[in-house]
Amino acid sequence: MKRSQATEGDHVSLDDLVYDELTRMQMLREANRCLYCYDAPCINACPTHINIPSFIKKIATDNLIGSAKVIMEANALGASCARVCPTDDLCEGACVLGESDTPIQIGNLQRYATDHLRRQKNITLFHTAQPSGKRVAVIGGGPSGLSAARELALLGHDVTIFEAHDQLGGLCAYGIVPFRLPLEVVLWEVDQVLNLGVTVHLNTQVGRDILVDEMIQTYDGIILAFGLGRVPSLKIPGEDLSGVWDAIELIEQIKMEKRVDFIGEKVAVIGAGNTAIDAATSARRLGARHVTIYYRKTQREMTAYPFEYEFAKLEGIEFRWQCAPQRILDENGHVSAIEFVRTKVQTDEMGNVIAVPEIGTEFTAEVDTVIRAIGQRKITELIKSFEVEEQNGVVRVNGEFRTNRPHVFAVGDAVFAKGLKGEAMVVEATEQGKIAAISLDRTLCGW
Amino acid sequence: MADLSVNIAGIRSPNPFWLASAPPTNSGYQVMHAFEAGWGGAVWKTLGDPITNVTSRFAALHLNGQRMIGMNNIELITDRPLEDNLKEIREVKRRFPKHVVIASLMMECNRERWHELVKRVQDVGVDGFELNFGCPHGMSERGMGSAVGQVPELIAMTTEWVVEVAQVPVIVKLTPNITDIRYTARAAVQGGAHAISMINTINSLMGVDLETGYPIPNVDGKGAHGGYCGPAVKPIALNMVAECARDPSINIPISGIGGISTWQDTAEFMSMGATTVQVCTAVMHHGFRIVEDMIDGLARYLDRQGMSFATDLIGRSIDRFKDWGALDLQHQVVAQIDQTRCIHCNKCYIACEDAAHQCIDRVVDAKDVTQLVVDVEECVGCNLCAMVCPVDDCISMVAVQREESIWGH
Ligand SMILES: Cc1cc2nc3c(=O)[nH]c(=O)nc-3n(C[C@H](O)[C@H](O)[C@H](O)COP(=O)(O)OP(=O)(O)OC[C@H]3O[C@@H](n4cnc5c(N)ncnc54)[C@H](O)[C@@H]3O)c2cc1C
Ligand SMILES: Cc1cc2nc3c(=O)[nH]c(=O)nc-3n(C[C@H](O)[C@H](O)[C@H](O)COP(=O)(O)O)c2cc1C
Ligand code: SF4
Repeated sequence: MKRSQATEGDHVSLDDLVYDELTRMQMLREANRCLYCYDAPCINACPTHINIPSFIKKIATDNLIGSAKVIMEANALGASCARVCPTDDLCEGACVLGESDTPIQIGNLQRYATDHLRRQKNITLFHTAQPSGKRVAVIGGGPSGLSAARELALLGHDVTIFEAHDQLGGLCAYGIVPFRLPLEVVLWEVDQVLNLGVTVHLNTQVGRDILVDEMIQTYDGIILAFGLGRVPSLKIPGEDLSGVWDAIELIEQIKMEKRVDFIGEKVAVIGAGNTAIDAATSARRLGARHVTIYYRKTQREMTAYPFEYEFAKLEGIEFRWQCAPQRILDENGHVSAIEFVRTKVQTDEMGNVIAVPEIGTEFTAEVDTVIRAIGQRKITELIKSFEVEEQNGVVRVNGEFRTNRPHVFAVGDAVFAKGLKGEAMVVEATEQGKIAAISLDRTLCGW
Repeated sequence: MADLSVNIAGIRSPNPFWLASAPPTNSGYQVMHAFEAGWGGAVWKTLGDPITNVTSRFAALHLNGQRMIGMNNIELITDRPLEDNLKEIREVKRRFPKHVVIASLMMECNRERWHELVKRVQDVGVDGFELNFGCPHGMSERGMGSAVGQVPELIAMTTEWVVEVAQVPVIVKLTPNITDIRYTARAAVQGGAHAISMINTINSLMGVDLETGYPIPNVDGKGAHGGYCGPAVKPIALNMVAECARDPSINIPISGIGGISTWQDTAEFMSMGATTVQVCTAVMHHGFRIVEDMIDGLARYLDRQGMSFATDLIGRSIDRFKDWGALDLQHQVVAQIDQTRCIHCNKCYIACEDAAHQCIDRVVDAKDVTQLVVDVEECVGCNLCAMVCPVDDCISMVAVQREESIWGH
């Protein structure tokens, strides 16, 4: 993520991208700076193992389509990832130039090449194999589902995606703020998948609109890629008041309609993860003057990336640590204030850091809007109806993302559990979809 | 600081830095600016019979983002009237009496016409002549430039004609478009030249425009071979200077030309026997101002070397430049990789694996870090790994004692 464009007094809109477009000159300088390492560490650091030196070399020789193909071959969401990957922790973090120089701007180069491809008309980069005669259902059309669908379609299977929303893309479409990931980027990626002949049922919630048993009987393989649900409740009084938002709903509204009816002057965001940062910066860009992130624990426990934290500060977001919300107060049914209690941070017997309220330290902040951003709910019921093994709402899978039920795989945020390998990231979800697809193909075709 | 002045065949120059005969020395205006910037001398853009130049004359070789690694041109000699050039030369010498102005000359193979040109130019007070027997394009098709410079007899004859009437030293500028430069250099000596300069440009075709299929550069769709110069030609020029410097029958001073851009290049040419150096492309790329660091850098280098005079540097490495047969087959070096500097780009590994002797291994150490380890028994000491390594001083070639030579004496 590049510098914030917010400066005092300037109005930064929801569409002002957080990254700068590379000029041709910058692009060439950067591409030529790449050492073209052999067995490059960046390849291993990219969860989808894009052959980074290869795509950069192709940029340097002005073979931009060839370059974009290398990217998209490994990563069906290569254009989105070029914008939303925490590259400091991934590819760029592994760049061998990191210590004595600055790492190659891999994400920016990836964006340059894929943007070039997006501007082309009538180019077919990938072709499907001979039809296998096998039918596969993918439940959820987010990054993990799209990636699995693409891989399976390329392998010749007849793929159908079931998506509860009215469009594909998952959180890339409606969950990641427009100034980091414009909608058209992921919609282009969706088109690439659909062009392979994948069938889609939109506005179709599996478990409600189509029954699980029916699916199990109809399809030779099933990929569960339904992600996570909405933001859980804070379990405090006043949550139903007007002016209290679920961060993901807020972002979805912004992404689709580019506006909300009312945001007010003062906004409190509860939580300090990636979603909280996105919600807070969105609120600023919607016009709120004072946006404060309140977090129960300290900066050390915050799950947002350091670059997100820096970005938020640049955008004028304030942070208050060790504040737990107690109740939301109202005036005529609309939020007017929120009461917090200060906390003490301790380590419990299990070694977890916990926040303990300190009685008597309550304080009230006047606010016009409260945004809940404390993570996402698990989709427990659907998991149960597939009768796959789960733990705390997380589907249990093996290294190839197989559940205990034959021919049923689960990928993406649906299998994400803290402390396990990987993170809830688009690039990780994409890779998992790919691995599951190949594994399912092996089962279906018996190789 | 060290004294940078030099004396080449009796021509005294405040420093060894001259502009080569080329567009930067087209006019008095430019040469005076150059002298103000610090250049010690200038070889005027070649004078001769009137010509007309084509437009679209130059082209460049860019490499991996580096502009103008090499340059080529299809320009001819000066396209300005001789009178104008002479008037300006006189003016320059009046304003800068201590600086060196050499007139570069080119003429058809005719004794009288050469005499006439030499005398006319001599009258305005030049410090020396440089005979352009090197221009590889255009003029050579008319029997001049490298058409002369490729035939030792013609070099000797023409040089003689000039020396007959010249009252100032005569430098013969050689073409690299020959198989062995020593033959043409010896011919210059035989003709009575007081010094030689090299190299002029190398025959070249810069490229092909992949959209149109036209040569680069082209004049309305058609191209012709041109002269190649710039940083990329330096090793070729340096070798030619060194070959002449170590040839006992070529016992006249040398002005080194070809790809010189820095004080380091200068010091290398001087070490291999050049008394002065001449620069064209680097000035065309960056302007006259580059001489400031050339002067400063060379002086500081001489100080570090404990040399008080730039002349102490001239030829100091010639004794070490030998025939291949004189090299010690027993001497062994092997690559040594400094693990603390290694950034793990694996460039050395793949270079040795695919293109040398497969003697760098990737060994996973106890901390799960992959180390690049040289198999010293197998290493033939070719230097490739050290060359491809992007980190300075990470891979060094160290001398080792071995029982028997790998060539199995
Ligand atoms: C605000 C926010 C910001 C983020 N920022 C980043 C970032 O910068 N970088 C990054 O790498 N990651 C980011 N992430 C995480 C990333 O978006 C997710 O890890 C990724 O989208 C997971 O992909 P998925 O396919 O598993 O799930 P999702 O993207 O959630 O897709 C699941 C899809 O399944 C559908 N679905 C759910 N239930 C059903 C059902 N019953 N029937 C049919 N369809 C159903 C949903 O509608 C949805 O379209 C962010 C997440 C959020 C919330
Ligand atoms: C555009 C151009 C024109 C040149 N014209 C002449 C010339 O008129 N006479 C001459 O002796 N050499 C001429 N040269 C050759 C240069 O003097 C010099 O020998 C050659 O460029 C190598 O030096 P460099 O690598 O520093 O450029 C010309 C070179 C260039 C690039
Ligand atoms: S997908 Fe993400 S991690 Fe992989 S190379 Fe691209 S930006 Fe880096």
